[in-house]
Amino acid sequence: MFYRQKHLLAIEGLEPPAIGQLLDLADSYVLLNRSGKTQRDLLRGRTLINLFFEDSTRTRTSFELAGKRLGADVINMSVSTSSVSKGETLIDTAATLNAMHCDLLVVRHDQSGAPHLLAQIVDAAVINAGDGTHEHPTQALLDALTIKRRKGRIAGLIVAICGDIAHSRVARSNIHLLTTMGCQVRVVGPPTLMPAGIADLGVTVFHDMAAGLDGADVVMMLRLQRERMSKGQVPSAREYFRFYGLDAGKLAAAKPDAIVMHPGPMNRGVEIDSTVADDPIRSVIKEQVEMGVAVRMAVLDVLSRDHRRNDS
Amino acid sequence: MTPDTLFSGVRILGSGIDLRGDLLVRDGLIADFGPSIGRPGDATLIEAEDAILCPGLIDMRAALGEPGFEYRETIGSAALAAAAGGITTLACLPDTRPAIDDPALIRLLRARGEETGSLTILPYGAVTRGCRGEELAEIGLLREAGAVAFTDGCRAIASARLMRLALSYASGFGARIVQHPEEPSLAEGGVATEGEQATRLGLSGIPAAAEAIMVARDIGLAELTGGAVHFAHVSTGEALALIRSAKAAGLAVTCDTAPPYFDLNETSIGDFRTYAKLSPPLRKEHDRKAVIAALADGTIDAIASDHQPRDADDKRLPFALASAGGSGLATLLGITLAHVHNGSIPLAAAIDLLTIRPAALLGIQAGRIAKGAVADLCLFDPDRIWKVEAGKLPGKAQNTPFDGRALEGVVLGTWKHGKRVFG
Repeated sequence: MFYRQKHLLAIEGLEPPAIGQLLDLADSYVLLNRSGKTQRDLLRGRTLINLFFEDSTRTRTSFELAGKRLGADVINMSVSTSSVSKGETLIDTAATLNAMHCDLLVVRHDQSGAPHLLAQIVDAAVINAGDGTHEHPTQALLDALTIKRRKGRIAGLIVAICGDIAHSRVARSNIHLLTTMGCQVRVVGPPTLMPAGIADLGVTVFHDMAAGLDGADVVMMLRLQRERMSKGQVPSAREYFRFYGLDAGKLAAAKPDAIVMHPGPMNRGVEIDSTVADDPIRSVIKEQVEMGVAVRMAVLDVLSRDHRRNDS
Repeated sequence: MTPDTLFSGVRILGSGIDLRGDLLVRDGLIADFGPSIGRPGDATLIEAEDAILCPGLIDMRAALGEPGFEYRETIGSAALAAAAGGITTLACLPDTRPAIDDPALIRLLRARGEETGSLTILPYGAVTRGCRGEELAEIGLLREAGAVAFTDGCRAIASARLMRLALSYASGFGARIVQHPEEPSLAEGGVATEGEQATRLGLSGIPAAAEAIMVARDIGLAELTGGAVHFAHVSTGEALALIRSAKAAGLAVTCDTAPPYFDLNETSIGDFRTYAKLSPPLRKEHDRKAVIAALADGTIDAIASDHQPRDADDKRLPFALASAGGSGLATLLGITLAHVHNGSIPLAAAIDLLTIRPAALLGIQAGRIAKGAVADLCLFDPDRIWKVEAGKLPGKAQNTPFDGRALEGVVLGTWKHGKRVFG
């Protein structure tokens, strides 16, 4: 038992054995899911609440499926239907959920640090499903599992994370996880989308795709939000695609067996070309989704172990 | 008639005086002081052998909750906190609701201060109507009513043209313009100092250069107009270097800083601690050291509390949504003394930064030890220890960025016009 924290709020600060434990367990859930067997007694009687203050289809569905496969009672709460829109504060919402005796609370919020605030108040184990531009820990775990299964290892690989690093929680969690596990991590993107001090996180910064992808084992693309154009950080979508969109030509700089990843949802023709996104050999984008369920099962399993031990 | 008070065997310190002896207060004034003075038999005797008696502190920058934000702080609660912190005079910011842009409000605040019996309140007037940064407020009428200087509080005067007009116009009334030095378009949306820490936490950054850029602009405008500009809560080495050279060039440029900027750095925001969310944001360690150096070499003219009362609802929010500002009245002296104890600032210089120097900036006769001077006094034990605890501070505002900090230096008593108001 290496993972000892009550919550999963961030990848930053996790040690390699804890990450390794989650990945190994997730790997075993991949096999279980594929075999069609279920483990519906593991979280029987436990309540999992998906509290989403921001729209999300795949992450919420993935947590819901993971919870149900382990036998938990899963409740979805989204901001549009909850009383948060009526002026209830995050603190009040947390107190309400606490009174409902929820065991596992999955939170997505557009503000960095919101899950940390909730974790101070609720009794449940809090799982960060993406907070602002801070972290998205389960995304990094599912990306690592995908890489590990495709490449047979994580340590020593060259991973290029490309695009809007400044506003990406996926990038931050991946940087922490991959550097902790011994990858060489590069970040590639225009200077206006590169956050200050990013090199201090242990990555090498590139502003040119050919140089950044040179010899890479993994090319990880990030979603570019339309807002970046309206705020002037990028002049236009076509200019962005010309210099930072992944197409076959730019991918040629990476290793011949390099894999292409994207956390979704994709902006085809903005950060990624369809021929690359749909390439059956290079693209592992669909596999990432499958790994997402397994990783979330592993996280729910590990975070509920203390409760289960106390009950038995 | 208040009976006489005799401080006996204390160290009397401030405005160039440093001696061990006695000080006699009569009719609200300092009647006499020295190594041995005549001792009237009926005086209230205060004996405190290890204590220091200095002028009551003059806090040149504090926000009061009134008018408009009484849920955060009232003048009554601020007066309690000030007295507990050894503060007897306080200059309050005008970015309230309504803003202090009318002579009647200046008179009201001054009168409300007198009503407390413990705290002189010197209101700043708004530079612009409503502190909206659009058109000049009635600077002359506000000055006449008793506005001590002019500022838009936590809002920078963004337009260079308007700042030029303000400096120029106010100079005709001998009034200083106090700027919140932050270029607003660079700071927009930012909640922490730009760099590794903000990037790790996924928080929007404000570049440290946003301060220096505004300082550089306003030094240029002070030179152009001949007006006097004062930069509040200066927090970066770059800005201080600009201020240092402007002073050397003989321009009417002054500045203050506040305890968070020489005691804390950005790591205090840790895992999203909103009590350490301030404006300007806490800086990097090299900037903190630059502030210390500027305190030691005299570039910084005053230490102000930069008191910004907030309640739990303002702060118990995700970091970016939480309101910026820390309470500071009760910790002004203690945090300053911490940097006397560690050898960064000489004691006498520290006391002057809290008394006579801000008094000079505000143009008031206060903050000094002299025969015939008003007996606004602070008696403190420089070595006694205490711990800052949010929830246990005097006054209403508990939002201290120094929660948990152990300090040496306890206020034993505060006297306003010869009357004991604390301790």
